[in-house]
Amino acid sequence: MEKSRPLWDNPLQFVFACISYAVGLGNVWRFPYLCQMYGGGGFLIPYFIMLVVEGMPLLYLELAVGQRMRRGSIGAWKMISPYLCGVGVASVVVSFFLSMYYNVINAWAFWYLFHSFQDPLPWASCPLNGNRTGDEAECARTSPTQYFWYRRTLNIAPSLEAAGALQWEQALCLTLAWLLVYLCILRGTESTGKVVYVTASLPYCVLIIYLIRGLTLHGAVNGLIYMFTPKLEQLANPKAWISAATQIFFSLGLGFGSLIAFASYNEPSNNCERHAVVVSLINSATSIFASIVTFSIYGFKATFNYESCMSKVILLLTNAFDLEEGSLTADNLGAVQGHLQAAHPQRYAELQPQLKNCSLEAELDTAVQGTGLAFIVYSEAIKNMEVPQLYSVLYFVMLLMLGIGSMLGNTAAILTPLTDSKFIASHLSKEVVSGLVCFINCIIGLIFTMEAGNYWFDIFNDYAATLSLLLIVLVETIAVCYVYGIRRFEKDLHTMIGHKPSWYWKVMWAFASPLLIISLFIFYITDYILTGTLQYQAWDAAQVNDD
Amino acid sequence: MLSSASQMHRMLSKYGLVSKQLWEIMLISNVLLCNVTDRVSFWFVVTDSAKNVTTVAGSEVEAAIRMNRNRINSAFLLSDKTLQFLKISSTIAPPVEPSTPVWLIVFGVVLCLTVAGIVFLIVTGIQRRKKQNKESSETEDLEEKCEVTVTIENGIPCETLDLKAGHINGVYAADDERFASL
Repeated sequence: MEKSRPLWDNPLQFVFACISYAVGLGNVWRFPYLCQMYGGGGFLIPYFIMLVVEGMPLLYLELAVGQRMRRGSIGAWKMISPYLCGVGVASVVVSFFLSMYYNVINAWAFWYLFHSFQDPLPWASCPLNGNRTGDEAECARTSPTQYFWYRRTLNIAPSLEAAGALQWEQALCLTLAWLLVYLCILRGTESTGKVVYVTASLPYCVLIIYLIRGLTLHGAVNGLIYMFTPKLEQLANPKAWISAATQIFFSLGLGFGSLIAFASYNEPSNNCERHAVVVSLINSATSIFASIVTFSIYGFKATFNYESCMSKVILLLTNAFDLEEGSLTADNLGAVQGHLQAAHPQRYAELQPQLKNCSLEAELDTAVQGTGLAFIVYSEAIKNMEVPQLYSVLYFVMLLMLGIGSMLGNTAAILTPLTDSKFIASHLSKEVVSGLVCFINCIIGLIFTMEAGNYWFDIFNDYAATLSLLLIVLVETIAVCYVYGIRRFEKDLHTMIGHKPSWYWKVMWAFASPLLIISLFIFYITDYILTGTLQYQAWDAAQVNDD
Repeated sequence: MLSSASQMHRMLSKYGLVSKQLWEIMLISNVLLCNVTDRVSFWFVVTDSAKNVTTVAGSEVEAAIRMNRNRINSAFLLSDKTLQFLKISSTIAPPVEPSTPVWLIVFGVVLCLTVAGIVFLIVTGIQRRKKQNKESSETEDLEEKCEVTVTIENGIPCETLDLKAGHINGVYAADDERFASL
């Protein structure tokens, strides 16, 4: 008897698996940045339009293909047309690239998590220099949190060419991250199905805790007002629409083959239409939810820094001009400064270089994305809260869950076609194949733990998957609509879920989404051509910032 | 001025700040002050009473003060910020560091748990497969003659048909093309 395909225990596991895969770090560290750059509350308009035009139809398409063909990406596309199994292979290759570098983020999350069990937190203050007379030079020039990230965690080299030595601490954390992923995928859907209950729900618990904590922080409101004030003129900027489209596209994880793999373990009668709508809505809602949390944290951090800056200026002026304690406050500072400048111009001029211009807007304007947001900005805000160890542990556990959830999807995309292939399945068991994949990825991933590893990470992050995915999804849509035939696809859906897809889905699949993807593709290519030599940001230990 | 000198002398001798040979024979007159200013500040040198006019090397005095900064401060009920020795910058106490870094301990715990989980799953998987193989080899002995094939209905494997759902018969729906359209 042919061995039956393993199935999810119930449809909820499938939904949780998709949510766990789609809701990843991009929701936390990319969406708030885009919101800030492209018009605050106004950005939600292009975002929702793109969700409805591009996100939901493409997600529905992939889930339906997986559920109908009941094979991983290679097998599924081979069944659509034997000439198309290259699409499946492309998906597997892109997933492989992604899993190579993505798990390093989990390694960093582990590193920060393990360091959260100290009092005070290691990124709360600078370490002392050699003769213990003051702070370490590099740290004194920037901030303790940046120092901890660039020096303690990454031990970053000054350039890409200076590869440097392997950081054994990071290598250990990477190995642990891969062992954890292996533990979760070891038994296939049996183990993955149980794990996704945790990886899908825990981040929401932490986000709720952070929301409550964030909203009650002093100065959080400043951040929220700043974020949500719509700057509708940004809607005229084509970059806003392109960013919305790209964000939806990559956030849902289309084209990797993970969604096809997950859906292939479904019962054939599963209502994938409803699930597609639910998953895409939850994904977008989580992005907005996470950006509310992020902006209250931003607001808190900006207000804290602004008020420290003000107190320093007040102290300086009180000492220099022998003013009475408490006569200078934040409110009358501007007026008193003007008066002092007029009354004692010379002394004021001497003091001028030390007086910093404190501005709340300048603090809020520091829009950050990516690892900078997740590891520097958040840890800076956490160190100023009460009981920072608790919040730190919660936050990094959440990052870990988000990262592991996405890794489960990626490895499923690689393993499902491999275990489907009769050749491999007859020679090697599932555990051995998973183990080999994890092992190979871990060894290759050691590149990212070297001193120049973060630069390699940036390269992979920016270029490994972007164009390839657009091409893959474009070919997928065209293949299903025109090669397989949209009528045949309609009938298959009717068989599976009991009703035909409405005209809306068909129009989106056949015309809107392919056109959108083609325009995104053209935009990216022209952008690459126009940029010329590609550049990267390097950390200069002798100066203050990335240059 | 005299009281400052006597204070210096008392401090230097009481706290054993100078080498043993010197402190027994040190007198107030060995501490000479100069450049006394309005703020409580003074320069001082420490003479070596064994060799009459020469002074104790500045580096020795500096080292002695640096080592015992805390005690000097508390003698005057002052702190590093309120009592300043020029040329001797205050050293900050380093943070307390445990012998094994804490992160390694937590790492070790998580690593052991993960490896234990992996080993447990692999072992139970192998055991289950052995049991299945034993069972299937027993049933194979019984059904040696029968060919076990995938049950096929009208060219479509039964497995892909959803026999549980019941309300849609995939066999007929998939063969729509056989019927002429109206």
